[in-house]
Amino acid sequence: MSLTDKDKAAVKALWAKISKSADAIGADALSRMLSVYPQTKTYFSHWPDLSPGSAPVKAHGKKVMGGVALAVSKIDDLTNGLLELSERHAFQMRVDPANFKILSHCILVVVATMFPKDFTPEAHVALDKFLSAAALALSERYR
Amino acid sequence: MVKWTDAERAAITSLWGKIDVGEIGPQALARLLIVYPWTQRHFASFGNLSTNAAILGNPKVAQHGKTVMGGLENAVKNMDDIKNTYTKLSVMHSEKLHVDPDNFRVLAEVISVCVAAKFGPSVFTADVQEAWQKFLAVVVSALGKQYH
Repeated sequence: MSLTDKDKAAVKALWAKISKSADAIGADALSRMLSVYPQTKTYFSHWPDLSPGSAPVKAHGKKVMGGVALAVSKIDDLTNGLLELSERHAFQMRVDPANFKILSHCILVVVATMFPKDFTPEAHVALDKFLSAAALALSERYR
Repeated sequence: MVKWTDAERAAITSLWGKIDVGEIGPQALARLLIVYPWTQRHFASFGNLSTNAAILGNPKVAQHGKTVMGGLENAVKNMDDIKNTYTKLSVMHSEKLHVDPDNFRVLAEVISVCVAAKFGPSVFTADVQEAWQKFLAVVVSALGKQYH
């Protein structure tokens, strides 16, 4: 299910509209992930505060969206573009790749709540495909 | 048996009270067919599904979206026994319709996205999302229960 030129154009167009709010999107998506899928909290036991909108959640949401921004910029070669991030997720953080799907869904929900008019069915399928492709690239170095 | 907190019950019934089945149902089914096009395999008799515009304008898709979304009413009314409430529906989806149960999970995600877009962050908060997705997960599980 690789990204067509139409998908890439749709992702870039949507990103242009939403990137100003990247920090807010990241914080909200992460907060929702921790609430709706409590098993994901296991990765953040070292944080003093896991509540929605807390300082560590906000900071980390910003970091995550930085990764999404990187992926958008490397949309023509996600595997190589996200290689270093893949190594970190695989060997340092050791995040079960099943969780990428979970966070992707939360990002879709947040974009839907914040940009309902821009989140057309076309934008939805393109963003879903893009996040799946990015997740696959993030899994590259696992084994 | 599923345990609902008072907060979860309240969130689910409140959200359900706001949802217009005739609006969200068609949207959700259309998005399912657009975002996950392999799901179209179950709707060969629905006529033109060849473009997004065709899907969005297809009256059979709209009607069926309404039917599917309306089916959630029974689950909201019988929240403490969704499994048994859905026994017949589960058998039907398995024996007659031959639907891969993973599709239920996928449709549930699409419904949540449509609800999120409709109601925005102040109504569809993280807590409401948690309750709503837990509710849908129970429905999804019940629909898959009679498969063998």
